[in-house]
Amino acid sequence: MDTKVRERARVALLTGNEAIARGAYEAGVAVATGYPGTPSTEILEFLSTLPGVYVEWSTNEKVALDVAAGASMGGVRALCTMKHVGLNVASDTFLVASYTGVRGGLVVVSADDPGMHSSQNEQDNRLYAKFAAVPLLEPSDSQEAKTFTELAFELSEEFDTPVLLRTTTRISHTRGVVEVGSRRTVPPRPFQRDPAKYVMLPAHARQRRPKVLERVRRLAEVAARPEFLRVELRDPSVGVVTAGVCYGLVREVLPEASVLKLGMSYPLPVEAVREFASRVRRVLVVEELEPFLEEGLRAAGLPVEGKAFFPQQGELTPELVRQGFVRAGLLPEQPPTFAGSLPTAPRPPVLCAGCPHTGPFVALRKLGAVACGDIGCYTLGALEPLRAMDSCLAMGSSIGMATGLALAGTAPGPVVAVIGDSTFLHAGLPALVDAVYKQANITVLILDNGTTAMTGGQPHPSTGTFIRGDPAPRVDLAGLCKAMGVEFVRVVDPYDLGATFVALEEAVRYPGVSVVITNRPCVEAPVKVRDEPFRVVLERCTACQLCMELGCPALVWTGETYEGRPKVTIRVDACTGCTLCAQVCPADAIVRVGEGWGRE
Amino acid sequence: MRPRNVLVVGVGGQGVLLASNVLAAVCLRRGFDVKKSEVKGMAQRGGAVVSFLRYGEAVYSPLVERGHADLVVSLEWAEALRWAPYLRPGGVLAVDLVQILPPAAQLDHRTWRVAYPAVEVDRLREAGWDVRPYEASRQAADLGDVRMANVVLLGAVSRELEFTVEEWEEAIREVVPRKAVEPNLRAFHAGRALPVASVFPAPRPQAAPRRFRVEVTAGWCKGRGCGICVRVCPEDVLAFGPDDKAAAVDPDRCTGCQLCQLLCPDFAVVVREEVAALG
Repeated sequence: MDTKVRERARVALLTGNEAIARGAYEAGVAVATGYPGTPSTEILEFLSTLPGVYVEWSTNEKVALDVAAGASMGGVRALCTMKHVGLNVASDTFLVASYTGVRGGLVVVSADDPGMHSSQNEQDNRLYAKFAAVPLLEPSDSQEAKTFTELAFELSEEFDTPVLLRTTTRISHTRGVVEVGSRRTVPPRPFQRDPAKYVMLPAHARQRRPKVLERVRRLAEVAARPEFLRVELRDPSVGVVTAGVCYGLVREVLPEASVLKLGMSYPLPVEAVREFASRVRRVLVVEELEPFLEEGLRAAGLPVEGKAFFPQQGELTPELVRQGFVRAGLLPEQPPTFAGSLPTAPRPPVLCAGCPHTGPFVALRKLGAVACGDIGCYTLGALEPLRAMDSCLAMGSSIGMATGLALAGTAPGPVVAVIGDSTFLHAGLPALVDAVYKQANITVLILDNGTTAMTGGQPHPSTGTFIRGDPAPRVDLAGLCKAMGVEFVRVVDPYDLGATFVALEEAVRYPGVSVVITNRPCVEAPVKVRDEPFRVVLERCTACQLCMELGCPALVWTGETYEGRPKVTIRVDACTGCTLCAQVCPADAIVRVGEGWGRE
Repeated sequence: MRPRNVLVVGVGGQGVLLASNVLAAVCLRRGFDVKKSEVKGMAQRGGAVVSFLRYGEAVYSPLVERGHADLVVSLEWAEALRWAPYLRPGGVLAVDLVQILPPAAQLDHRTWRVAYPAVEVDRLREAGWDVRPYEASRQAADLGDVRMANVVLLGAVSRELEFTVEEWEEAIREVVPRKAVEPNLRAFHAGRALPVASVFPAPRPQAAPRRFRVEVTAGWCKGRGCGICVRVCPEDVLAFGPDDKAAAVDPDRCTGCQLCQLLCPDFAVVVREEVAALG
């Protein structure tokens, strides 16, 4: 980059997600929708800090894309964000929106999670671009995330198509230097009735389909434009075709290699790659997950190599890219700098100290329930020591799976569906109606902590606020369940272990669908909830380990023992004062920090 | 200039990201190209957190390659061991000696073994790294808030890096919430003056495992009509048998806490220690 230019421009250190938001903002986006999901969440959160854009969390990704498509039909620029699995939910709309095309630019962001840092699978959503026949942009750093977002809106309007902008965790969550500009004014395109374009009757859709196919042919030329395609000719013995985060890894590990970096990876600029291939002796493709580029290029008759050397599973790291080049004979094998091994502590994610989900899981385990779980923090209830969850499939699957398991009639205990408030509104409603309709003998436990906690505390329709914090109408979950025909609905305080146990015990005895809703807010987000912390009176502790069965990260073993068992203490700085451990302690050894006890 | 590779690591909630944000801000002020990468979401729920930070004239990869890190800043002892292999030979490991035991390290109720590594600084030095242990959490607690251990450690590390005190102070002012700026500046300067620790925590005593047996006198047990012992047993040793009476279904898990025996209203439960036969 020219130094003078850089001095004049305003630079900021933005994550890929923030850069996408900034790009959309500067491109004059009017409506932005989405559903929270790691690693996509911060796009809308950052956009909501900027003025003049309507930003909303929708109840699910399909609704979000419908809203964005409607705004686009209304002639304004619209952005829709989600994680990779969110596009499965929105795919019904996405695949048809490819036919209708757009009026205002429509950009769909899919943030994929290779390596499953925070996901239930690692599907490669580049395949969706080919499936839907829409252009696919893959930024390789924060600067490109911003530039490509702006270009995506232009492309969308120029080619009458939604555009899929695909990031991965390492693009979305890496901070890099970005040049920041100002917002453009994009006047709305006037609304026009156009049923042949927007009403997808079979007769109309048959008219649109050839346009879609023709569009893909024209877009292949766009993919070779210099703003998307970068050809770096260095060492002619090897050329690497790559895109996205892999570009940075390749540049670092094999800096002398010639590189063709794709910005648009569907449709492929096959002729440009052919030209590149003719200038190097051997072409390797470096890409994460599926052999998407590799298969596309091979289908075009290019003898490229890729997955023979680089793994199809997980996130690529500099080590894996190096190993791949070693396997390909392009780098010498290097001994590791440290060949030994060091002991460490197992530290999987856990439910936070004071988590309102802990109590219900203790109750479920003690009831011998078979729990069909769902997507959210509470999935962690499957792990030791809570071990109170038996399945977790996809958003909203808990209720349908519980219905099926109850129909199977083989569960050794009562069948309970465990679902969070946001997930319930996302995809639980149709399943609950279905269970009521079938009169399934299940209990639905809605862990209502008033927020979308796993992703950092985003509001939803029963939170009572919008994304910018202003008050919103609040959907009453208990009323909603009753309106759907559930006769047994109890609301219980999950910090009251006894009441939670009794409510669940009654619910599982009730024939038919019963619903129990907990009502404590998340202790970490959107605000930290803290009460006076507790401490352990060590001379009273009998080391029975009942408190340790809560799995609370604030509870730790001391060096002191009682009858050979380690006594327990509380990390006061981590304790939120939720009272659960004090409730279960049979020796009354757990007291508020400020309180004395007995002889003290 | 070859890019500098730094890892800031610790446990979710310790302020790893704030520390790496300050470091990134100081790099940006110097006009370096910077890439800083971390993973959010589920990985952060009390789990191990790592922030990769690279700076230099041009930085491509957001990730640091194993064996290539110049500096690892660890806010916790066991996390230092997890990430130390990322260091290059001679790389600097700055570590807070605080130990945070995760729930998963305290699950073995048979032998009571704590799955947590002892503090063995010399072992790391033998691997060829420049290890700098600090009592950062203790210093932060002395300053009134243990949560500032991240900035204390950053202060200690700042002596190794090329930035001026003024640049660090500006970066802290930029990144830290306004009302926390003054305490954090104090923490930073306390860190800059913090000596390398030479006295290390002693190894944790190991509790002695004992074996127990639970016996239920079925004739006295009210079974499902009561269920106190089944609900109270911390280890789920007891459950209702085919006759609906309490029974020890998982006897090997009994730790001898005797809650069942003490709480049984019908004196139907007895816990006995298994003693190896003499001779």
